[in-house]
Amino acid sequence: MAGAVKNHGRRQTAATPRGIDEPPLLRWTLIVLAMGVALVFLLLPLVNVFAQALARGVRAYFAALTDPDSWSAIRLTLVVAAFTVPLNAVFGVAAAWAIAKFEFRGKSLLITLIDLPFSVSPVVSGLMFVILFGLQGYLGAGLDARDFKIIFATPGIVLATVFVTFPFVARELIPVMQAAGAEQEQAAMTLGASGWQTFWHVTLPSVKWGLLYGIILCNARAMGEFGAVFVVSGRVSGVTETLPLRVDKLYQEYNAVGAFAVASLLAVLALVTLGLKTFLEWRTQREYARGERITRGGAHP
Amino acid sequence: MSIALEQVSKRFGGVPAVNQVSFSVKEGELVALLGPSGGGKTTVLRMIAGLEMPTEGDLFIRGQRVNDLSVQQRNIGFVFQSYALFKNMNVFKNIAFGLRVKKWGKAAIAARVAELLELFGLGGLEQRYPHQLSGGQRQRVAIARALAPKPSVLLLDEPFGAVDAKIRQELREWLVRLHHELNVTTLFVTHDQEEAMEVANRIVIFSRGNLEQIGTPREVYEQPANEFVARFIGVMNVLDTEVRGGVARVGELSFPATGQPDGERMRIGFRPYAVQISTDLTQYHYRAVLRHTFFLGIMLRLELELSSGLTVRARMTKEEYAHLGLEDGREVSFQIRQYRVLARETAPLPPEVAVTYPTPPTIAEHI
Repeated sequence: MAGAVKNHGRRQTAATPRGIDEPPLLRWTLIVLAMGVALVFLLLPLVNVFAQALARGVRAYFAALTDPDSWSAIRLTLVVAAFTVPLNAVFGVAAAWAIAKFEFRGKSLLITLIDLPFSVSPVVSGLMFVILFGLQGYLGAGLDARDFKIIFATPGIVLATVFVTFPFVARELIPVMQAAGAEQEQAAMTLGASGWQTFWHVTLPSVKWGLLYGIILCNARAMGEFGAVFVVSGRVSGVTETLPLRVDKLYQEYNAVGAFAVASLLAVLALVTLGLKTFLEWRTQREYARGERITRGGAHP
Repeated sequence: MSIALEQVSKRFGGVPAVNQVSFSVKEGELVALLGPSGGGKTTVLRMIAGLEMPTEGDLFIRGQRVNDLSVQQRNIGFVFQSYALFKNMNVFKNIAFGLRVKKWGKAAIAARVAELLELFGLGGLEQRYPHQLSGGQRQRVAIARALAPKPSVLLLDEPFGAVDAKIRQELREWLVRLHHELNVTTLFVTHDQEEAMEVANRIVIFSRGNLEQIGTPREVYEQPANEFVARFIGVMNVLDTEVRGGVARVGELSFPATGQPDGERMRIGFRPYAVQISTDLTQYHYRAVLRHTFFLGIMLRLELELSSGLTVRARMTKEEYAHLGLEDGREVSFQIRQYRVLARETAPLPPEVAVTYPTPPTIAEHI
């Protein structure tokens, strides 16, 4: 494969000796520049996170992580993700299903709405919920009378996070479902399968990699969300503080080791996400290539 | 009656796709729904399956009105043009799917699938996935899957559309044999008249959502109900003539039109086989030059050009051609034995006119 690509390039160079090929000097300058930027602005900070976290040794690192407030932030972050990710997976599948399989009025409106969280600043998203559910908000007083707290409590954090991470699953699934078309489902129905059986045995397996990909991105964002959570949480240490908020708080308190130790957890999450993302992309690519072969009809005997 | 449609119409958002269609299919028949694309034939098939709802009219399967039955309840087998095999399931699971969702026992499923694999010549492929199969194998899996739950009718949408010409022919013959063996009522959609003529017991012809004719291949060929059918089934020469003095003329050609007023336009159609050709220039009434010969296998199609520029298509066997010693560029004489007066596209056709020519002048008379 690589050989074929190289060959192709050489043939082009031969055909256009001084044509579209850039001079080597420019080529290398650009490559070094890009690599340098990636190194300085992306890799170095990442390495620095771990370096700073471990600056006072492994013991200090684990001490910082097991600090009760940090520990509580870890737990809260996991709780928020545990609510947010399944909710958005279900919402995302439902929305993608509706968009990919049905024709209805307001479809383009729905697509725009799904993208809304991407186009609104997270801080504004958080403020929206404060205005809605806060004590001075439209629904806040009523909720407060029933002793149900949303703002400055876990439900508010979950709500804000669900809002911000809503597009990930749906966005991933819509093209996959559209590409798969409706015929396999229709075939299942003509064979007597109910809606659930069709969904479970036919639809879900055909979109599983896309769904997983969306879930992983959604999870990464849910755990890493700062702006919206910052606004709705009230930042009570040990109560409504998530990991990103905890990092900020510790840093403001000049506790570099603590801040970087907690940050290193998020960095690890990022690395795991990146790894899984690459793996899933590779899987979908393979599946796609397979699908291509099927449609071209060139199958092995 | 296995399938019956009564005054069935379908409109998509006001756009009519099928208009007031009624026909019925007997138990065990193999019927083709034939027509140009956009004719409404696939919509009819999908309405029978329950994948589309008719706007008006009633659908019956084995005497039961099925309008209000869901796809699942209709007990039909449907084969999609793209086959729509389950990509994530192997051949065994694909065929077993309809049995699994109907809660058959494990042993019964295994036995039924084994029976179908055997019948369809798919033995040994049960672990393969759809992407590991050839086009023909995929189609057989799709049909086996549709037949597994023993449907009361089998519906196929363009079954030969997705395979290349060579396999097409094999598959046609195979479908006929299969139908002969299983005797399950089968409806298939096609836009290829040759395919419909070869495979089906009866053909239902659609055009622009209307049912134009239903009949055996022979009936629709020999007694087309209207001009659309006449032109769609087989090849037809169509001439636009003008009546002058009781004779309809175009170029050198003339047809009797007694009693027709002058200036009236008359459309004349005749099949290539109705054209008789001779290399003896005095034998027949008209003269032409053989412009092109198309080799279609055993039959040849000939394109004759008249001096007025008119083109007439004729056909003959290879043997006749060789016997006459024909070749492109040669001058010939010809006559038209039978023709029809064509009316509007979908108006009923008057019967065919057999032509009796006066005895051609003999060579002796010329001398």
